[in-house]
Amino acid sequence: MKAKIIITPKKAVLDPQGKTVQNTLAHMGYSGVGAVHVGKYIEVELSGTDKEAVRKQIDDACRKILSNPVIEDYRFEIE
Amino acid sequence: MNFAVLQFPASNCDQDAVHVLQNVLGHSARLLWHKETTLGNVDAVLVPGGFSYGDYLRTGAIARFSPVMQAVKQFADNGGHVLGICNGFQILCEAHLLPGALVRNRSLQFRCETVHLKAATTDSPFTNKIPADKPLRVPIAHGEGCYFADDETLQKLQANRQILWQYCDASGALTDAANPNGSLLNIAGVCNEGRNVAGLMPHPERASEPLLGSADGRLIFESLIHALQQRASVKAA
Repeated sequence: MKAKIIITPKKAVLDPQGKTVQNTLAHMGYSGVGAVHVGKYIEVELSGTDKEAVRKQIDDACRKILSNPVIEDYRFEIE
Repeated sequence: MNFAVLQFPASNCDQDAVHVLQNVLGHSARLLWHKETTLGNVDAVLVPGGFSYGDYLRTGAIARFSPVMQAVKQFADNGGHVLGICNGFQILCEAHLLPGALVRNRSLQFRCETVHLKAATTDSPFTNKIPADKPLRVPIAHGEGCYFADDETLQKLQANRQILWQYCDASGALTDAANPNGSLLNIAGVCNEGRNVAGLMPHPERASEPLLGSADGRLIFESLIHALQQRASVKAA
């Protein structure tokens, strides 16, 4: 199985990277560009077979180390 | 006093910290490798600056799980004094020994310059020797020093006077222009609720001798040493 994890900055946290990318897209002439948020993508390969157990494990890892709940949100899929 | 200065892979201010504590201030300081599981006989722990574990994942995120950090957490939980500088501050936040988090500088630039720093309170083991009206001149060198905490946490920090240092201008005013990284409330450093753990982004160990352009940073170490000596004399009495 594989966990595909997406980590994004919380809305309340300043995201200067997102803002800079947004400005650049506008300067390049792309129309209708709204807020941009730059986050992280992490893939974890897993040998387990029990999807629910794997989900629990990844959720725990996301909270403890893969993301920092003070500044980031996360979501993931198990494939 | 006996200090332990932690050493992680890619710590790079550890030797400077030992130099100041030992050669400038005349105390004992030894390096403690991150794989150690006990601190030994120490009065305080210093978590130095650097780029522990290459800043992988997030600054301080991996170092937090080093064996030595479990010992530091226990030491802090028992009232032991811990000071984190720069990356050390980031590590202590990741370890939940301090509230909040340090994120990318608002300018997206790595800032390496001398700033002015004001003690927001002198009522702490880390600021008791700093004159209230004297802005300290201390260097910073970081890309991720923008202090963030949610509103509830900020209110708590203010109510408990846990904000220890704030970026200010030469006259002591807290202005946006004097804030090098976009930190909320110009916060440069905070302490925990128990007031025995503190962290700051600026580098007092790089400003503890006149030869280096400023000896203001000494006041932070002298505050801590004063607090430790007081604690020792209370214990002995």
